[in-house]
Amino acid sequence: MLRFIVRRLLQLVLVIFALSVLLFAWLKSLPGGTVSAMLGERATPESREALTKELGLDQPIPVQYWSFLKRAVQGDFGVSNGVQPGTPALDLLLERFPATIELSISALLVAVLLALPLGYLAARRRGGILDNVAIVGSLVGVAVPVFFLAFLLKYWFAIELGWMPVSGRQEVGNATRVTGFFVLDGLLTREWDASLDALKHLVLPAIALASIPFAMIFRITRASVLDVLDEDFVRTARSKGLTSRVIRGRHIMRNALLPVITAIGLQTGLLLGGAILTETVFNFPGIGNALSEGFTKRDYPVLQVIILAAAGVYVLVNLVVDILYAVVDPRVRTR
Amino acid sequence: MTTTTPETARRDPRGAEPLLSVRDLTVTFKRQGEDPFVAVDGLSFDVRPGQTVGLVGESGCGKSVTSLAIMGLLPDRGNTVTGSVELDGRDLLTLSNKQMRDLRGSDIGMIFQDPLSSLNPVVPIGRQVTEVLERHKGMSRKSAKPVAREMLHKVGIPDPDRRLTEYPHQLSGGMRQRALIAMALACEPRMLIADEPTTALDVTIQAQILALLRELVEEMDTALIMITHDLGVVAGLCDEVNVLYGGRLVERGDRHPLFHDPHHPYTGGLLSSVPSLEGDAAERLNPVPGSVADNLPWTSSCAFAPRCSNAIERCREETPAAVASGDRVLRCFNPLGGQASPAESEEDRR
Ligand SMILES: Nc1ncnc2c1ncn2[C@@H]1O[C@H](COP(=O)(O)OP(=O)(O)O)[C@@H](O)[C@H]1O
Ligand code: SF4
Ligand SMILES: [Mg+2]
Repeated sequence: MLRFIVRRLLQLVLVIFALSVLLFAWLKSLPGGTVSAMLGERATPESREALTKELGLDQPIPVQYWSFLKRAVQGDFGVSNGVQPGTPALDLLLERFPATIELSISALLVAVLLALPLGYLAARRRGGILDNVAIVGSLVGVAVPVFFLAFLLKYWFAIELGWMPVSGRQEVGNATRVTGFFVLDGLLTREWDASLDALKHLVLPAIALASIPFAMIFRITRASVLDVLDEDFVRTARSKGLTSRVIRGRHIMRNALLPVITAIGLQTGLLLGGAILTETVFNFPGIGNALSEGFTKRDYPVLQVIILAAAGVYVLVNLVVDILYAVVDPRVRTR
Repeated sequence: MTTTTPETARRDPRGAEPLLSVRDLTVTFKRQGEDPFVAVDGLSFDVRPGQTVGLVGESGCGKSVTSLAIMGLLPDRGNTVTGSVELDGRDLLTLSNKQMRDLRGSDIGMIFQDPLSSLNPVVPIGRQVTEVLERHKGMSRKSAKPVAREMLHKVGIPDPDRRLTEYPHQLSGGMRQRALIAMALACEPRMLIADEPTTALDVTIQAQILALLRELVEEMDTALIMITHDLGVVAGLCDEVNVLYGGRLVERGDRHPLFHDPHHPYTGGLLSSVPSLEGDAAERLNPVPGSVADNLPWTSSCAFAPRCSNAIERCREETPAAVASGDRVLRCFNPLGGQASPAESEEDRR
């Protein structure tokens, strides 16, 4: 098990390295090169030359990559020139990333906590009312664009009904920052109102972001439970007179979870796409928001650091999924 | 032919009150767009305490459905069960789900055909044994563990301490079936139902598992219903044998008289293939020419007639009744050998 984890961590480093090469190549291939990208098309030749020198762009490509890598390892990804001009890209990432992680975890919790029990019940009462309602619900969840759903939620529950805040992460202005996860910070510092306020800001974006993962995880759970229900070992469990609770948990769900874990991992990896849209609609200051802003403002240092970080998280999530899988399925462990 | 109690029978069960008494058990499956299908049709048999009774017949004759009906494990919907299944005079078919749960695994244990698919792949073997003890004996997980260990030892699993923590995929086929037997017998039920317990195993392992089952039920004084398509399996094991065809009982008798002097042509056909244990597996699986697809309806004929070498005209026109004489029951108009008295028809009886 330990060797398995170490091997996967080495893979993580490798993936990040490969990604840095790609990112570097991407920056090189920008129209007009990095300098135009940073200074705009109308910069004077003198300032262009100065920046070219400063960035070492007059050096051979491998040397440039090496210095890029050296700076990156030291946490120097350049300075934002669009999203928050003047702020180092890494600082911007560290400030914004917790927001997106908080939002993503909330969305995943909503999706998983709804999808697992509903998937189980729908399978057990296959063809029943609940089954049909949930299937239609999951179809809607996939079919309605996240952007549109986010907008509807904001319009009804925030603007019309006023139940939830319209935008942002927190209204309490003087909340103490500890981890950057506002809900957690409030709990740690016992500033309950700050925590509750942050939670309220999360509700609507989390629901919007949860729609697709919910639909996918629900469907996989339902199909997987249906498969397991037909298994001989479920009949064996019944023949032993076990209670429904034990049969459900230990015999049905523990087996049905295997494909579900894979689905959850996959959906987690895809969350960033939805987060860009959701964060934009709710003006939620996370990396999704920064990413879309970075694209329109051509803020390459910011784009670069966010993409690297997102890729790292993606690989990390996959690692966690693989470990979870091995924990649940002994056949993977001993292979 | 005079019948003497075979010396290998565990005890003379005659006279003892039946432990399990199945009467007119009928299981009908509803099928979409088709007529309902009667999988078990008016089946009656008794199992006395400590007795081993065989249910024999080829695939599809209703053996598994019978066992699942007894256990209350048929699907919730899509079937109707009539008749009665009395355990100690209590009709299981009228019990609530909760009452049946209390009974399963505690009074009646069951083992199945395919040991790999019958075990939960993601739960350690030991846990799959202790959970029965926790459920029925009120033991804690911890106190159940030594009992489970002892049980694994009892069914001949070497190094039980290690096996407790292992998973099904780490065991061989024979060991898996032993583990299932340990689970089914952990609470010392008074009855065990074994549905083709050796069919999925190698021939040499088959013999070991059968020997183990015989030894265990004898030692624990457990009644056993042995379900098989292979008369060779019941040969060394059963006190009494019920031969099923198309969901109905066609012949019943004590093992020795039935083996030495089969009256029903179907029993005769099954028996003719038994001695060739090394014979072609396909031949042994389907020893009687033709298939159940040829069956006539029991309602107006003998279902076996199209495959029967003894068939006479009457067989296609009337339904033979099950007639008891002594310990023998026979459903046939034209029995083998001619000594047995042929059945009257069900139509005549009404
Ligand atoms: N759940 C079910 N629904 C419909 N038909 C069934 C069901 N279970 C069994 N049958 C039918 O009942 C008949 C008897 O099956 P079974 O008892 O499994 O035979 P076997 O003697 O081989 O164990 C078969 O024709 C089978 O197709
Ligand atoms: S009743 Fe007729 S067809 Fe049926 S088994 Fe006897 S002889 Fe054969
Ligand atoms: Mg069967």
